[in-house]
Amino acid sequence: MKSGRSALDLWVGIFVAIGIGCVLFLALKVGNLVTFGSTEGYRLEARFDNIGGLKVRAPAKAAGVVVGRVERIRFDPTTYQAIVTLKIDHAYPFTTDTIASIFTSGLLGEVYVGLEAGGDATMLPDGGKIAKTQSALVLEKLIGQFLFDKAATSGGK
Amino acid sequence: MLSSPVTGIADALRRLGAGSIASVARLGYAARFALAVGRESPAAFLRLHLTIREIYFAGVLSLIIIAVSGMFVGMVLALQGYDVLQRYGADESLGVLVALSLVRELGPVVSGLLFASRAGSAITAEIGLMKATEQLSAMEMMAVDPLARVVAPRFWGGVISMPLLAALFSTMGVFGAYVFGVQLIDIDAGSFWGNMKAAVDFRFDIVNGIIKSVVFGVAVSMIAVFEGFDASPTAEGVSSATTRTVVESSLAILALDFVLTVFMFRGISQT
Repeated sequence: MKSGRSALDLWVGIFVAIGIGCVLFLALKVGNLVTFGSTEGYRLEARFDNIGGLKVRAPAKAAGVVVGRVERIRFDPTTYQAIVTLKIDHAYPFTTDTIASIFTSGLLGEVYVGLEAGGDATMLPDGGKIAKTQSALVLEKLIGQFLFDKAATSGGK
Repeated sequence: MLSSPVTGIADALRRLGAGSIASVARLGYAARFALAVGRESPAAFLRLHLTIREIYFAGVLSLIIIAVSGMFVGMVLALQGYDVLQRYGADESLGVLVALSLVRELGPVVSGLLFASRAGSAITAEIGLMKATEQLSAMEMMAVDPLARVVAPRFWGGVISMPLLAALFSTMGVFGAYVFGVQLIDIDAGSFWGNMKAAVDFRFDIVNGIIKSVVFGVAVSMIAVFEGFDASPTAEGVSSATTRTVVESSLAILALDFVLTVFMFRGISQT
């Protein structure tokens, strides 16, 4: 009886260990628990004239490396701009003259915020504002502009 | 002769009414039963060896079926997903597709369905047979509460096993997709894991999946012990109770999944 029960305990122990191991695998290998928890990190604010298809939780990349995520997107009715709040990992401070741009990886790829640090010695504090931004390229606008230019040059000739 | 259609309609109405009253009464009995199981639940943890025994029967014995099914589901997802994704040149997103569908939906739901037919039916049959052979009455006679001794450990054994099995299912599915996608089709391993890691969020995707599996575990285990406890004490009664467990659990899982998904993932696709 006693030995039978301990064999049972062993199996249940193995089962629970496998289950917890799987949860850990999902958290560490499949998910992004380690890279970005929801609590640590500091916030930066950037204003864009047009954010294109940027969404909450989109990555913020510097030199192609994911350094943070978009936490919040608001519309400012006084300046008619979009205010994007970024949450950046504590390990990556950015200079005050950082440029934030909105890019798309590939034609159908995800939209992300690209950060390019400048040469300033001072770093942006928590809640700091990124002064220099570059809006998303809207394909329709580009094509419209191209056609308009084409018509203007051919009309001029 | 004249009144026969009238009595026929009256009979049908009477049957309908009796059936409705009986099912509402059964629902009330089930709610009372659930409360009683909740009240007796501390017993399941005070006498932990009873619960551990049930985790063995519900969880450990389901390991093989869950692991093998998870592996196959992952491989099929990889095959079908690759077929569509490569048309758009997005075959690097295969890991994202497989991981998100497994962690959010298929892991909890399919392992819940397997758990209902593998462990839920066994629990119902066991408790039903105990009732048919009057073991439950004998326990009451000896002043042992069958709810504390028989029902609560089985209920908690199921509730504890289910999330672990769902996590195993998702893990094996991702592994199956890795074997198929990276080893056989030759998708780049770095982009398979990297895109997956970038897209799967711990809080939104994995924790919500675990919450789902806990809810399904509670639903399936409660249905299983109730159907067993409520079975008619005959061979026929036990067999129909087992069938009802599988049918009701499956419907409950799918309906609950819809409700939970609406609450959990409604806000994600919006900005």
